[in-house]
Amino acid sequence: MTKIYIPQDTVSCALGADAIAVALADANKSVDVEIVRNGSRGLFWLEPLVEVEHNGKRIAIGEFSGSDVTSLLDAVSTGKFESLKGYLGDIEQHDYMRDQDRLTFARAGIADPLCIDSYRALNGFKGLERALALSPQAIVDEVREAGLRGRGGAAFPTGIKWQTVLDTSLEAPEIQKYIVCNADEGDSGTFADRLVMEADPYQLIEGMVIAGLAVGATRGYIYLRSEYPKAHRLLDAAIERAEQANYLGADILGSGKCFDLEVRLGAGAYICGEETSLLNSLEGKRGVVRAKPPLPAIEGFLGKPTVVNNVLTLAAVSSILCDGADAYKNFGMGRSRGTLAFQLAGNIKRGGLVELAFGTTLRELVEGYGGGTHSGKPMRAIQVGGPLGAYLPESQWDTPLDYESFAAIKAMVGHGGIVVFDDTVDMSKQARFAMEFCAVESCGKCTPCRIGSVRGVEVIDKIRTGTEPDNNMVLLKDLCDTMEFGSLCAMGGMTPFPVRSAIEHFADDFSKK
Amino acid sequence: MSTETIEAIVDRLSHKEGPLLPILHAIQAQQGFIPSDAVGLIGKKLNLSRAEVHGVVSFYHDFKTESGGVNTVQICRAEACQSVGSELLEEHAKASLKLDWGETSDDGQITLEPVYCLGNCACSPSVRINDDIYAKVDAARFDELVTQIRKNN
Repeated sequence: MTKIYIPQDTVSCALGADAIAVALADANKSVDVEIVRNGSRGLFWLEPLVEVEHNGKRIAIGEFSGSDVTSLLDAVSTGKFESLKGYLGDIEQHDYMRDQDRLTFARAGIADPLCIDSYRALNGFKGLERALALSPQAIVDEVREAGLRGRGGAAFPTGIKWQTVLDTSLEAPEIQKYIVCNADEGDSGTFADRLVMEADPYQLIEGMVIAGLAVGATRGYIYLRSEYPKAHRLLDAAIERAEQANYLGADILGSGKCFDLEVRLGAGAYICGEETSLLNSLEGKRGVVRAKPPLPAIEGFLGKPTVVNNVLTLAAVSSILCDGADAYKNFGMGRSRGTLAFQLAGNIKRGGLVELAFGTTLRELVEGYGGGTHSGKPMRAIQVGGPLGAYLPESQWDTPLDYESFAAIKAMVGHGGIVVFDDTVDMSKQARFAMEFCAVESCGKCTPCRIGSVRGVEVIDKIRTGTEPDNNMVLLKDLCDTMEFGSLCAMGGMTPFPVRSAIEHFADDFSKK
Repeated sequence: MSTETIEAIVDRLSHKEGPLLPILHAIQAQQGFIPSDAVGLIGKKLNLSRAEVHGVVSFYHDFKTESGGVNTVQICRAEACQSVGSELLEEHAKASLKLDWGETSDDGQITLEPVYCLGNCACSPSVRINDDIYAKVDAARFDELVTQIRKNN
């Protein structure tokens, strides 16, 4: 029996993986093969990436298509794979994979994401088993000691957030608490949360149960964006299987501890990635931002103490509890400990997921891993951290990627999304889009964001068409200040970042064409 | 959609903490949009005003208040897709379908919508048709997909 792995994640299927699986199943009759639908390894430019298990080794073939099925089956019977189109050999030795620091994504793409036995065989649930033997305070200490900071973008220390929620028990021992996973991954250029959910969903479930044990929460919700239908189906199936295997429910692994988990679907509002909007949405309200304080850690979902963490943060908790805080904090630099999932996207030759310790540079990523632009033209601007992140010119590409170094150049690492643009980009248009996006997605609660973004589009249009450009540029800069300092949340507060960076570093693009 | 059907959906889901979004999703999954009759009915059952329910329906891009096409075609407008020419794809889609954003084709087959990120940013431009996502979509591929939709119906 030869196993053939065909990924089932969104990207592979968007490139025809389902059709390959069907073609292979139909052609199957004469050769003894078993088809496994694994997750993606995150080397998206090689998808659909098919792997064959042969003599105990896995052999990868990239950019596979339905018409390659016959020659693949021939190779399976002869044992000669080298001459196949797209032959890559052992994918873990590929230059894109070899030097990555894969902690959160160590398991991605190896097995069927819903197979609990495979998850266990690859150190799955070891962190949970360890956590069950620890006191809540000891779990919180371990996470704090690891130096983990929120991977959603804000980089708040996870251990401190958890401590706040744990400590609410001192005044109200019986209070219901919640773990809410922010899976509303709306930033363009990011797909790491999706990859965790589609390739290794039990890791997220395990992290959420550990969080529940740490702070004394017995219920959890995964707030998932509706743009991820495949992740939705996989998560629902994984939760059901985890319940059957006693990793969720009323008596986790016979410990007497309970934790119930449910996926809730968003409805296409970018702002619901902001934690207080998310909580309102989860409560069935408009996704409008709440003023802080009170912090969600004290008054969150339904007014109860709530941990709100990103998918990658909760996933990292599983490996921290499994391997210990020391193993995790040995990665990284300065106050940015551990690894970050960098996501190479946009106009890039080799787009995909690169998990590395903090401290690498943008240039190493986009040139070394990314291999330059997809179009073959020179790179001109790189947007890091999603639609609220700055556009960086080449002079800033050697900045080390850690939270503090990026903050120092008025940029942000955020959720690790990196979108590359070639020299055909018009940066005044990108600045306009930043304002337009804010106008479309603003929750409407505060004026600088709701009105400021509309005025921003208008004033950039005037500059672009040469209507009193100097005066309007003064207005635009003033508007950016108003939005930054007057908005309630990061949506209005950080929309000026891409706009200002475009003005500052690509000034020529704003003079009349 | 009958009153009984709507009430059955509300009754099935109203025990949830924060049940409104799951209820609206369930109604829309069945009907394709949120009928105006449902708004008052849900409000009554959940002890919310009609305005509160309407406020939620109108806040979220996903919820529709009238029926759309059999198929929803969404084109990603976000930055990663822009960097590899999604704007040209948008123009092509609008011109070839003779539709603007939010409009439905005369044969009732296609509603065209913008979307901001499908999480397929390493293989842009991205298009979503119902629950399937397509990568590296150029004008020719888009036409193929549209032909396929029309053939399937």
